[in-house]
Amino acid sequence: MDATIDRRNLMPHLFPEPEKYLLVTGLAGAAKDMAAYTKEADNLITLGGAMGGAVPMALGVALSAPDERVVCITGDGELIMSLGALATVASVMPENLSIVCVDNGQHGETGGQAGHTSRRTDLAKVADGAGIPSVMTVTEESQYEAARAFLEEAPGPRFLLVRVMPGAPTKYNRNWNLAETRLIFRNAYLAKRKGG
Amino acid sequence: MSEREVWSKLIFDKLVEADVSLFSYVPDFGNAAIVEMAEEHNSTRTVLLASEEEGVALCVGADLVGARGVLLMQSSGVGNCPNMLSLVQGGRFPMLMIVTMRGDYGEQNPWQYPMGQAVVPVLEAMGILCIEVEREDELEQAVDAALSASFKAGNGVALILTQKFLGAKAF
Repeated sequence: MDATIDRRNLMPHLFPEPEKYLLVTGLAGAAKDMAAYTKEADNLITLGGAMGGAVPMALGVALSAPDERVVCITGDGELIMSLGALATVASVMPENLSIVCVDNGQHGETGGQAGHTSRRTDLAKVADGAGIPSVMTVTEESQYEAARAFLEEAPGPRFLLVRVMPGAPTKYNRNWNLAETRLIFRNAYLAKRKGG
Repeated sequence: MSEREVWSKLIFDKLVEADVSLFSYVPDFGNAAIVEMAEEHNSTRTVLLASEEEGVALCVGADLVGARGVLLMQSSGVGNCPNMLSLVQGGRFPMLMIVTMRGDYGEQNPWQYPMGQAVVPVLEAMGILCIEVEREDELEQAVDAALSASFKAGNGVALILTQKFLGAKAF
């Protein structure tokens, strides 16, 4: 891997104002990094299983809340498990959806076993081939500013691939009860919408 | 209208009345008319899925912002869903699937039987309540029951349109 980025610093650099978004993450490192950064804010829903679910779940949010900016954080292992979802996203073209794939080239949660992106697979090319209109790859910290501009300004849906060094995500013990986190997220969104 | 369009319209109208706005699907002859109606209606939107499990997560996402989705698929697609149904059971999300059967009563294609016969056991193993329709005169009540059990009572529900109801596909 050519990466020099420490994933534990990534979320604050990409999303200096995380409260502006509805945040959906996949399992493992993607969930931990964003949960730690936002202290598990009520605009964040994380997965602890259901691998492959992050992108379609974020798509369901984005299509049903078209006035919100929706961000999906996923890992390379999870995304490869549901590559077809990129085609599903491209077919419906939700302008309010950004997908960020934190690519460490390995299955960190299960012991760091090598994944396809450490060999030959390039998920940015896959996203482009699936028909996602805006695709960018980041491999070093000097690209953060350009990445923020991409997430703000590029026509949606957007796909940002961030190659990071292998290594542990941020330590954070999040709420594992999905029935509770569902209600926290849902009630916060509905209350905000009611309040205008 | 053909017989299929008549019962498809009954299902579609009831879903719209229940505020279902997102119609996700993997194409099947049995759900094609419902999908066409959803494409033409101004308060509904269709999402063509690459795999059925995406529809489970998509409907869960819709619920997170107070909207309602449905997942339409052929019985073979049920086999792609179990792990994603962890979301429904673990999060107590309401979830409505409409499954059009193959590998069931009168089926001639041997490839359809293994998954067709496993549909109800697989769904029930993941905590999904199955409502099967065999005759046209029970459809309306079954759709009402499925809508009540899912969106009112908060269960994961599959409305299963059997081949006794649909008719077996002739090759």
